Formats: sequence, C-alpha cells, structure tokens
Amino acid sequence: MISYGYHRYPGRLFVVEGTDGSGKSTQLTLLYQWLKSEGYSVFFSEWNSSLLVKDTTRRAKKRRLFTPTTFSLLHATDFADRTERDIIPPLKAGAIVLADRYIYTAFARDVARGCDRAWVRDLYKFAVKPTAAFYFRAPLDVATERIASARPQLKFYEAGMDMGWSDDEEESFKIFQGKILDEYDSMRSEFGLTLIDATQPIHTQQRQMREIVGRYLRENLKEKAVPAK
Amino acid sequence: MKEMKFYGTALPGIEIEPYAGKLIVIEGTDGVGRSTHVALLRTWLESAGHAVLDTGMTRSVLAGRGIKNARTGHTLGRLTLQLYYATDFADRLENQILPALRAGFVVLTDRYIYSAIARGHVRGADPEWIRKIYGIALVPDAVFYLRMPSAEGLARRVLASGRGFDYWESGMDLGLANDYYDSFIAYQKLLLKEFDRMSGEYGFHVLDASRPLKRIASALRRSIAPLIEDASQLTEIVKPASVSSITRIPPASPPTEPQVAEAELREKSA
Repeated sequence: MISYGYHRYPGRLFVVEGTDGSGKSTQLTLLYQWLKSEGYSVFFSEWNSSLLVKDTTRRAKKRRLFTPTTFSLLHATDFADRTERDIIPPLKAGAIVLADRYIYTAFARDVARGCDRAWVRDLYKFAVKPTAAFYFRAPLDVATERIASARPQLKFYEAGMDMGWSDDEEESFKIFQGKILDEYDSMRSEFGLTLIDATQPIHTQQRQMREIVGRYLRENLKEKAVPAK
Repeated sequence: MKEMKFYGTALPGIEIEPYAGKLIVIEGTDGVGRSTHVALLRTWLESAGHAVLDTGMTRSVLAGRGIKNARTGHTLGRLTLQLYYATDFADRLENQILPALRAGFVVLTDRYIYSAIARGHVRGADPEWIRKIYGIALVPDAVFYLRMPSAEGLARRVLASGRGFDYWESGMDLGLANDYYDSFIAYQKLLLKEFDRMSGEYGFHVLDASRPLKRIASALRRSIAPLIEDASQLTEIVKPASVSSITRIPPASPPTEPQVAEAELREKSA
C-alpha cells in the first residue's frame, strides 16, 4: 500500500501556505538562505512544477479546458510527481525539503470551486505529512491589494473566472480569494497549521518562522548525537 | 430514461437528471480484441439507426497527449500515472460521455475505470484510495468483460497482431522479470486476477475471449439488443420534416456474415 503519510523519514518537511499575496514565498526564500548558511542540505519544491504535467496544464489553461474536477485531478497528478521525485527521496536521505504550497492549497482552491471536501482530502491521501505547515494569514483586502499592484492582469483561473461568479475579473478574484481564505481558516485546527500573521514586518515573521523550524532541527540533532551501540 | 447513478461522490456542479442514452463498457486486458468489438458494435448500432459515441482510455483532449508523452519517457512514477489516468477519465466523462448520454447516444467505451483500478492495485495503490477517486464515475448500463483464460493466450494474441511487446503492457516498470515476454506473462496474470476479483463486485458480464470472434460478436449483440430496445428515446435517424409519414427504422439486426468475416480477417492480418 502506498500511503506515505504515516511513514517516518529522517528528513524534515516544512511547507508554507496562504492566499496569493500573503508573502509566503518571500518568507520561504529567507528560510532557505538561513538553512543553507547553517550548513544543511535543503531542497526546494514548488507547486505546479512537474515537468511531466507542465505542458498539459499550460495548454489546458490557455484553451480553458478545465472543469473543477479535472483542475483538481491534474494538480494532484502534478503533486504526485513532485512527491515521488522531489519530496520523498531527499526526506529519505535525511535532508530538509521546503515546499511552496502543499496539499492545503488544493484543499482550499478545489473546495472553493465546489469539489467535495472529503473527496479532495482522499485524493491527496498519499502525501507526506509535513513536519510543520505555516499558514501566512493576510486579510482579504491586504492580499488583493498586493496582487493588484504586482500584476498587470489577473489570469483566468487565478481569478476564478471559470466559476461565473462575476463578469468582472477583480470582483471574481475577490470572491474566490474570500472563499479560499474561509477554507484556510477552517483548516487551521483540522490540520494543525501554524499561524503567522502576514501583516507583521517581514523580519518579524521570519524570526517566528526560524524559531519554530529551529526547534524541529534541534530535536533532529539530538537524535543524531546519540551514539550508536 | 434512466436515473444517473454514481459509484461514490458525484461530480461537482453536475445536474443529476435522468438521461436517455446508454453507457456500455467493453473491458479486458491487453490483446483480447476490445477495439475490434467496439468497432463491430458501432457499425451494427449505427446501421440500426442509433447514434454512437466511442471513447477509450487516454483519448481525452485534456490529458491524452500528456500521458502519451510521459509514457514514452518511462519516467512516470506509480502515483503520478494513476492520477494522470484519473484526469483523463474525468475529462472524457464530463466532456464526452455525459453530454452524449444526455443527447441519447449509445456510448461505447473501450475500457472504463476497471482497467485503471486493476493497474493501480497491481502497482500497490491503496484499493480504498483508488475507488474513492473513481467515485465520480457513472455506473454504466452494462459492462462486458472479455476474459482470456490465460496470460499465455494473451501473449499469442499480441504476437499475432504483429505489434510486439510494449513497455507498459508488459508491466516493465514493476520489475517483475528481466525480459519483456516473462514480464508480460507475470504482469498480465496479476491483472487477470484483479479482473476476476472485480467481476462480482461490479457485476461484469463475462465473455470467454478465447472463442472465435464471430461467436463473441453475436453474444455481445444478443446482450445489448434488449438494452437498446427498451430505450425508446435513443437518438434514431429521423426523416426530414417534409416527409409526412415517419417510417420506423427496422429493429436492430446482427451484422451480416461478410462484415464479421472481414473484421476477423482484419484482426488476423493486422
């Protein structure tokens, strides 16, 4: 039976989650720099990065072929490839893996699109349970403001235009992000996500993150320090 | 009209309403002649005036090409392959199968979810997990399983077709044996076992695929004819409105002998 969730690998897996514009990628990059400078082997894994699935996703987005179900399944396919290729092997080898977005992104987005909550959770049963999952929470207006100023134009699926909530892109994006935010909030206790207030200064958030990550690493070092008999 | 029934969680956003068409599945392992029978059935149904859609695994607009490319590289992980198949299936279900059924077509599908489930099981996927994913599948009107009694028989069919052994059909990714032939036999044996297990669970009509093609073809027609006849709303060829008296299309008749013989010949020489 392939079900990685319950396995214990010597490595550590840290993931960042949150709505678009919450600043989570910035925080993960800073964490990466720190861990590198501390001498750890660190691997980075991004959402939507499987080479096997990339062309299909790109084509489907361009031609607008997705339904909520196929959107969900193709992203799960992408995630499975990442899991088998980029996540499990380094974890087995005792390295640190940093993931920018993880299964919670799918849970939030797919459910916001109308997929069944239990079905989506079952779909991702094969995922490795993270050592810690950080949820960067920014209020809706802050996040949408950041996105609006950073991007000249919202993409079709990103704005949730496939759902027909509104003909106006910005309006549709806000509705979509609002639903996603609600899903994230309800997942905090369900999955024990570590909340980081994304409205704080960047360095404050990073300090909180390093403190928590450091705890899991010390524990790891202690394990290693026990001499083998 | 038949109520829509799903194996598990229905597709999101779908309107569950009665549909006029028929969903008929032809299942079986590699080399049992599924596509030949689908082609024969299609001709037979169309000549009797029924609109037919035929579809099969990896034929989706969304994922078909992606799966083929990924398979060529032989670098697909087990989970990734499973989910790619599921994506392909969902796309065909939503964009081909359901619309055709609503419009009253007979949908003939070369493989359905059962091949995907069998392949998953053999590759160590959690049976519960894979069944839940395919809970989105519509329960078909009939599933015909073309059963070959032995893996050796399948190997002979594959050789006779002149195609030779394919990497995935031989289950080379499983590392069961060192060469394609031994691996094919070992892999197909596992699949045959899975199909037998599913026969009862999903209520397959089992047909002995080692019998002559003609016999199987007529057995299929005998089983399908009653399904079609009670479906009065099935799309039939309608005469132009100007023709006042609408002539009834004659009831479904079996294909003529030459048609079957021709198909048999095609399979042998292919």
